[in-house]
Amino acid sequence: MSAVLQNLVNQPYRHGFVTEIESDVAPKGLNENTIRMISAKKNEPEWLLEFRLKAYQQWITMQEPQWPNVKYPKIDFQAISYYSAPKPRKKLGSMDEVDPELLRTFEKLGVPMHERAALAGVAVDVIFDSVSVATTYKQKLAEVGIIFGSISEAVHTHPDLVKQYLGTVVPVGDNYYATLNSAVFTDGSFCFIPKGVKCPMDLSTYFRINTEASGQFERTLIIAEEGASVSYLEGCTAPRFDTNQLHAAVVELVALDNADIKYSTVQNWYAGDENGVGGIFNFVTKRGLAKGINSRISWTQVETGSAITWKYPSCVLQGDNSVGEFYSVAVTNNHQQADTGTKMIHIGKNTRSTIVSKGISAGHSNNSYRGLVRIAPTAAGARNYSQCDSMLVGDQCSASTFPYIQVRNNSAIVEHEASTSKIGEDQLFYFAQRGIGGEAAVSMIINGFCKDVFQQLPMEFAVEATKLLGLKLEGSVG
Amino acid sequence: MIYPDSKSLLEVRGLRATVNGIEILKGIDLTVRSGEVHAIMGTNGSGKSTFAKVLAGHAAYEVAGGTVLFEGRNLFELAPEERARAGVFLAFQYPIEIPGVANNQFLRLTYNTVQAQRGKDELDPLEFDDFVREKMKMLEMSPDFLDRSVNAGFSGGEKKRNEILQMALLEPRLAILDETDSGLDIDALRIVANGVNQLATRDNATILVTHYQRLLNYIVPDYVHVMESGRIIKTGGKQLALDLETHGYDWVSIEQRAAAGA
Repeated sequence: MSAVLQNLVNQPYRHGFVTEIESDVAPKGLNENTIRMISAKKNEPEWLLEFRLKAYQQWITMQEPQWPNVKYPKIDFQAISYYSAPKPRKKLGSMDEVDPELLRTFEKLGVPMHERAALAGVAVDVIFDSVSVATTYKQKLAEVGIIFGSISEAVHTHPDLVKQYLGTVVPVGDNYYATLNSAVFTDGSFCFIPKGVKCPMDLSTYFRINTEASGQFERTLIIAEEGASVSYLEGCTAPRFDTNQLHAAVVELVALDNADIKYSTVQNWYAGDENGVGGIFNFVTKRGLAKGINSRISWTQVETGSAITWKYPSCVLQGDNSVGEFYSVAVTNNHQQADTGTKMIHIGKNTRSTIVSKGISAGHSNNSYRGLVRIAPTAAGARNYSQCDSMLVGDQCSASTFPYIQVRNNSAIVEHEASTSKIGEDQLFYFAQRGIGGEAAVSMIINGFCKDVFQQLPMEFAVEATKLLGLKLEGSVG
Repeated sequence: MIYPDSKSLLEVRGLRATVNGIEILKGIDLTVRSGEVHAIMGTNGSGKSTFAKVLAGHAAYEVAGGTVLFEGRNLFELAPEERARAGVFLAFQYPIEIPGVANNQFLRLTYNTVQAQRGKDELDPLEFDDFVREKMKMLEMSPDFLDRSVNAGFSGGEKKRNEILQMALLEPRLAILDETDSGLDIDALRIVANGVNQLATRDNATILVTHYQRLLNYIVPDYVHVMESGRIIKTGGKQLALDLETHGYDWVSIEQRAAAGA
């Protein structure tokens, strides 16, 4: 392992700082009273409290999953605070009134909201530790009938829609972390695109975990009615802490007939230091239901952060001719662990799915792809194409691929391709001999490797993703 | 060609180098002046490829002794990329494949990096496209080379042509061609040799590392050096290569041993 490569991958996290905003933090621990407290704080209707309590009752009977290819100390769920909200200094009417400290945080992150919103034409629903602080562009979206805002708000303004769809894609008892989320979720985004409406701009949310030892349990629900389409962007980064932070989000997407939902994520949460101390535990359940005929759900993710990533954005292809896509780049460095992939569940006829997964492991990290392609007996003419490529940087890391393929209809066609490559000294020497230094060489090789996925990202996000990967792998080259 | 007013480009004195602690180069002396073409010949394992890689700065080889001056500067004080930018070019025996990286992007990055270092203008993608296509004509390369990944799935001959294309772009002061003739059919050999000849000027120099005399029919050397066991054991003009072809490498070895014994 050359010193050049070591330096390249040992970059400290650059977003490590804590914003000093007064927080309203719940005492640590979880019981029915905690849930009633959260629900009361948010003035929730009775049905939602029931939803939470039902989830909690199931959760206490469940066990943490043991099958992922990751190792971490047992989480003490009673040592976590389940609610944290910045204390609003006054009611916010516009961006100008947003806490200046918060705006500075975004500037440090290189995401000035004004500029971003103006330049990119992106509506930013800012989530700051669980509570929406400011929402932009809402008016413009409302003109075409799009509802975009926080889910706690939607519970009050559009209770019927939330009630109709919440928990229909990821049921209350789906898995350990999703069930926990259903019990204690604090906030997240809600997005509704009515019949026939093409969302005129990309919708974007920046998530940020800010209070030490406060678990984050976002809940996102996106619904695209018949013929509607939307592109949704989620970007994440978090400040530096020594204690692990649990993050267990749930994202549910519903696409009706001929609807199209594209969900893109760039994730750069704190991954722990070079010795593997600290960092976010990212245990996320993301699932899209392609409910209607000809509907399409597309996931694109660039995962660069978190100490542990456990995440399988999935598509349930229920409608005939529906399409599911998963494009992923997962980078792990130092002692990061990732067990990530997707599930494509083919139920409807002539359903099609594409999986393109690029895993990059550096340092002492462990990067696993785990994917399920299931063709139900009803899914005549179903097609799947999967491509899983791994790249190793150095010789201390590992990469694994766990493809599960279950075919119960003999008219289906399922293809799986996999490859493993390595950035070696010979490649770097070749670049060097042409005058190109280590950083530029690694950046070029990695970007080439990830090209198929980056092409799927919306333009401004693609630039950001390329930059993130650069940050992640660049360093002082001697 | 040997010019009376040539300048010294490369001065190698007593160069020794090891790989994994084993000494491969055991004291090499060589002087290359501008305008000259040198051929280094020898059997497999004689150290000629190692010599090429040591000059380029491959990390697997450790310099154990001796000095190398390139245009008067200590070559070993320069990192591999700095040597390249200063004008040392190595055409690889086995050019590595870089899947996913488009050849045109790679070529433009290397060109602009070296141009910037030399204080010359960089080219934008459109300008570069015109520029590189012109260079490719000389090597009879099809334009679809530009869209393919660097060396990925290239035939042996395509890889070698891609190396000479890079040499044409970077215009090195000293080009070291490591077994560039190996794996080439007779047509490709002619094209590659033609390219190398066109790039030779009175200001630069070429070192051809080769096993066979065949290449030297196309690129005529001013000096031929025979390497054995990490040393240059004989130096002569172009006739030496022909003699080697006739008598084999043993002939030089035996002659040397006889001379040493005498």
